[in-house]
Amino acid sequence: MISPHRLQQRADLLQAVRSFFRGRAYTEVDTPVRLPVLLPEIHIKPFSSEGWFLQTSPELCMKRLLAQGCRRLFQICHCFRKEEAGRYHQSEFTLLEWYHVGWGYAELMRECEEFVRFLVSTCNELPGCAGQDILRRGERTISLAGPWERLSVQEAFRRYARLPLAEALRQDLFDLLLVTEIEPHLGWQQPVFLYDYPTELASLAKRRAEDPTVAERFELYIAGIELANGFSELTDPVEQRQRFAEQILRSQAEGNAYAAMPERFLADLGNLEETAGVALGLDRLMLLLLGCTHVAEVIALPEHYLEE
Amino acid sequence: MYSASDLRKGLKVQIDGEPYIVTDFEFSKPGKGQALYRTKMRSMITGIQFTNTYRSNDKFEKPDLEERTMQFLYSQDNEYHFMDTSSYEQIFLSKEQLGDNLNYLVDNMEVQILFFGSKAIDISLPTFVNLEVIKADPWVKGDTSGSDSKPVTVQTGYEVWVPPFIEVGDRIQIDTRTGEYITRVKG
Repeated sequence: MISPHRLQQRADLLQAVRSFFRGRAYTEVDTPVRLPVLLPEIHIKPFSSEGWFLQTSPELCMKRLLAQGCRRLFQICHCFRKEEAGRYHQSEFTLLEWYHVGWGYAELMRECEEFVRFLVSTCNELPGCAGQDILRRGERTISLAGPWERLSVQEAFRRYARLPLAEALRQDLFDLLLVTEIEPHLGWQQPVFLYDYPTELASLAKRRAEDPTVAERFELYIAGIELANGFSELTDPVEQRQRFAEQILRSQAEGNAYAAMPERFLADLGNLEETAGVALGLDRLMLLLLGCTHVAEVIALPEHYLEE
Repeated sequence: MYSASDLRKGLKVQIDGEPYIVTDFEFSKPGKGQALYRTKMRSMITGIQFTNTYRSNDKFEKPDLEERTMQFLYSQDNEYHFMDTSSYEQIFLSKEQLGDNLNYLVDNMEVQILFFGSKAIDISLPTFVNLEVIKADPWVKGDTSGSDSKPVTVQTGYEVWVPPFIEVGDRIQIDTRTGEYITRVKG
């Protein structure tokens, strides 16, 4: 069971998260967790609730608020994803998501760096840290001093995987090679951003102007752990509808009947200016900062303490 | 049928007609990507281990495994004979199949034998067994040499370290998982 001391550390970190965003003029929101329709994403399975669904992320609601004129929003909330359980997964988990209108993903990557360093400098004596800019992971130390490494997905496959990116996609081995051959190398000297994902793997991200085969999506890795996923948001409702349609078709082909077109979201999207947003797994970040090995160690009442 | 999402440590599945037990398991999933089930398995027949990563739509057959309670009858020429306590059917296992279990096996002991189809492939003994000490150095009262344990031999020929007060004729309890002495048994 989590100790009172560990709970206090978690509370201190949550407080520091709020200080960071308030200091930068972000508005905290808490949007509904139970929704009639979700953003269609083929590999994310929702729990249903009396004909509606528990949110798998707050993205739909937060973007609707941005479309109504909010400029900077952040949210700390619980999200629910079916059939996810393991060292770094709980089917109910805490996500931190934030959006900044007027930005692209490059600015947001920089802010991710500042955010993590702020937490480490604000909260003293975190057991996973050794001083101001050093994260400790087992025998190894990871420097948090910026700028962090940026590594394109294409280059990551060239460097670490047995197949180049195009071939991995053709053989449907992208995720397998990413998890088994690439991720174990990522973020051990310093955190690393993987960026520019194949467009078909980034259905909510804007395509790159110079190269429409890739979209402006990034993932932050520290110590081999995927921590955050961000985009330059796709704001064109026509293209977004097409991309959702592909997700829905592929979901239905796999036997998932829940995917439907989020019409009110698409109607609002037309009012969204250029925006960047990122979702960060807060339990996983706490696991790193508190020197733990399993997300259950940083959660107040993890699932195995609930089961009768 | 099992699907990959049923995989967990200890699950038994059938692959290419052979039963396997999952010895290590880790769930992985890129946030936006496919769920992956990184699995280590051991053949329950050959003991050979392998690792593989499965995806959600991978399926496994359930192996035809049945555990039966059997009683040890006798051994003869390297064959260890057991009888099913409900059907009275008799089978035998080889010395090699029994392995370390021989350290604790005595006449009339009830054990669990695992069958794959009609073939006996594994045996599990009770966690705790009581065995008689047949050889021990005597305990000299007031011995101040400082040693707080000594080796004794039990009726199966197994040698185990026990406290110095254990003597020939005592019955002692042994944990068959670790092979260690637990306590002296009265009577």
